[in-house]
Amino acid sequence: MEIVVLVKQVPDSGSERSLDPADNTVARGSADNVVNEIDEYAIEEALVLKEAHGGEVTVLTVGPESAADAIRKALSMGADKAVHVVDDAIHGACAPQTSAILAAALGQLSYDIVLCGAESTDGQLSVMAALLSERLGIPALSGARKLTVEGGMARVERQTDTGYWAIEAPLPAIVSVWDTINEPRYPSFKGIMAAKKKPVTKLGLAEVGIDPATVGLASATSQVLDFAGRPPKGVGVKVADEGDGAAQLVDFLAGQKIV
Amino acid sequence: MAEVLVLAELNPAGEGVLKTTLEALTAARALGEPSAVVVGAPGAAEGARDVLAEYGAARVYVAESPEIDEYLIAPKAEVLATLVAERSPAAVVIPSSPEGKEIAGRLAVKTGSGFLTDVVDIAADGTATQVAFAGATIVHSKVTVGIPIYTVRGNSVTPTPAPAAADVEQVPVQISEQAKATRVVDRVVEQKSSRPVLTEAAIVVSGGRGVASAENFSIIEALADSLGAAVGASRAAVDSGYYPHTFQVGQTGKTVSPQLYIAVGISGAIQHRAGMQTSKMIVAVNKDPEAPIFELADFGVVGDLNTVVPQATEQIQARKG
Ligand SMILES: Cc1cc2nc3c(=O)[nH]c(=O)nc-3n(C[C@H](O)[C@H](O)[C@H](O)COP(=O)(O)OP(=O)(O)OC[C@H]3O[C@@H](n4cnc5c(N)ncnc54)[C@H](O)[C@@H]3O)c2cc1C
Ligand SMILES: Nc1ncnc2c1ncn2[C@@H]1O[C@H](COP(=O)(O)O)[C@@H](O)[C@H]1O
Repeated sequence: MEIVVLVKQVPDSGSERSLDPADNTVARGSADNVVNEIDEYAIEEALVLKEAHGGEVTVLTVGPESAADAIRKALSMGADKAVHVVDDAIHGACAPQTSAILAAALGQLSYDIVLCGAESTDGQLSVMAALLSERLGIPALSGARKLTVEGGMARVERQTDTGYWAIEAPLPAIVSVWDTINEPRYPSFKGIMAAKKKPVTKLGLAEVGIDPATVGLASATSQVLDFAGRPPKGVGVKVADEGDGAAQLVDFLAGQKIV
Repeated sequence: MAEVLVLAELNPAGEGVLKTTLEALTAARALGEPSAVVVGAPGAAEGARDVLAEYGAARVYVAESPEIDEYLIAPKAEVLATLVAERSPAAVVIPSSPEGKEIAGRLAVKTGSGFLTDVVDIAADGTATQVAFAGATIVHSKVTVGIPIYTVRGNSVTPTPAPAAADVEQVPVQISEQAKATRVVDRVVEQKSSRPVLTEAAIVVSGGRGVASAENFSIIEALADSLGAAVGASRAAVDSGYYPHTFQVGQTGKTVSPQLYIAVGISGAIQHRAGMQTSKMIVAVNKDPEAPIFELADFGVVGDLNTVVPQATEQIQARKG
């Protein structure tokens, strides 16, 4: 089975992130860049599928030079090879543009299944599987907490607020996963060493057949006009419980007309 | 006045629409005259029309077919795309559920438009306000290509009535083979709860690692019940098995924006803040006076949750008499 896993590099969600005042795009210098956390679960699921069905796992990423680190991580977990679409013209691309680039790159790969994360921690759009489903004309099975592939069908438990929906579609298909689906492995020392020798194909926009004028900040379908830090909250009241903490809390709630 | 299409989010538990629909209608009124779009099983619009009228829908497009619910999401985007082609609306506004965001994304590709997700406000000129990076940054954005598509984050707009005609117009439903690719085989409800839905609740009481066990979460539930609140949990509490994943609040869980958020035994890590920072009022109970959650709290109690919370529950109940 040919498996492609989409991996995005994002600024670490645990550090202070911001936009770049120069052009209102995500500032990559302000925080450590890491693999989008949920994508590690997509990588793990790809490896589990490969172990069960054979075949190869290809990592696909659209991102700047630094995204090579994210690729390296996926390869050291056990993916076989990678495609990195990198081009200065991509800077500031919006989600529909990114999906067009990913779709073009996928068009050059052979795949039975594409796996991605359900949400990136920087944009938090949760749309990529749907966008690629539209562009590639393949079914999307989004929000998976469980995936089984059998007899040319993908079956997914799509996580909902109260439980799940059982959904299914024929392959080839794209599946987005939540962090409830598995426990990602840590790269082993052997895996880290092996990753250094695995093939990484770098492609520019022209090589995937995308006109650079149609992507990037200048032609993005939406634009950030301005941004600002959220105004700091006024300092609240803090009391130490000396037996009447609960009473003071309830008084506060009563003052706010909540009780 | 320009027409704005507003996709209704139907109540999965029965008839009518969710409050998010009324919020979307209210937000859409800044841009023009809203037309509600109801896409669902036959009968879906019946119980919804009155409230859609009350909140400003001049028209209600009704696209009903037993096939809609047989397939995942794509048919709804198709119906909307057909309406967009016919009506050329000034904008499309959709509630920001996981399904709503996917519909927005599909519609954007179909119509060659830009879209903005999780907006908390829409101005008359189409500028949207979004909250980025765990709530730390406020962003103003605009769609610059095509017909702007917005998804409106729940609880960020206060629904206000503005009675309108809600003239019903039936829309024929024709689903392409491609939109039938992903079939919904079963819908399974695992957690039946009498408490309000987490993302819609006016009050949320969340417990963290400090609650220390699954059994002890009963004190969180008791406080929640005394306030008619939903129960939430931090990731540490979920990962430790104290509470089910569906109730996780934060970056990889639910984003909530209630009137009141009570954080109990939660330190206030940046990823937890991501899911609750825009709450109108925040109360924290934590034994560590240095816990970062206190930086956000309008009212904080430094103390042991095992004494403070049960006492507070008791006193709230006593006040209710
Ligand atoms: C990519 C990523 C995504 C994440 N997504 C989320 C997410 O969606 N949601 C989320 O919540 N976290 C998320 N996290 C985890 C987050 O970083 C924190 O680890 C987590 O929020 C901590 O949960 P906590 O506050 O319950 O636990 P802790 O940080 O351990 O805090 C427990 C608190 O309880 C207090 N306490 C202990 N005993 C008592 C007592 N008896 N009485 C009163 N107070 C007491 C302690 O003083 C402490 O402040 C994510 C992390 C990563 C890396
Ligand atoms: N630039 C990108 N390169 C590779 N994968 C991506 C990219 N952007 C998004 N994805 C994938 O799409 C998922 C959902 O992202 P999003 O829809 O942006 O929240 C991520 O978890 C990734 O798996």
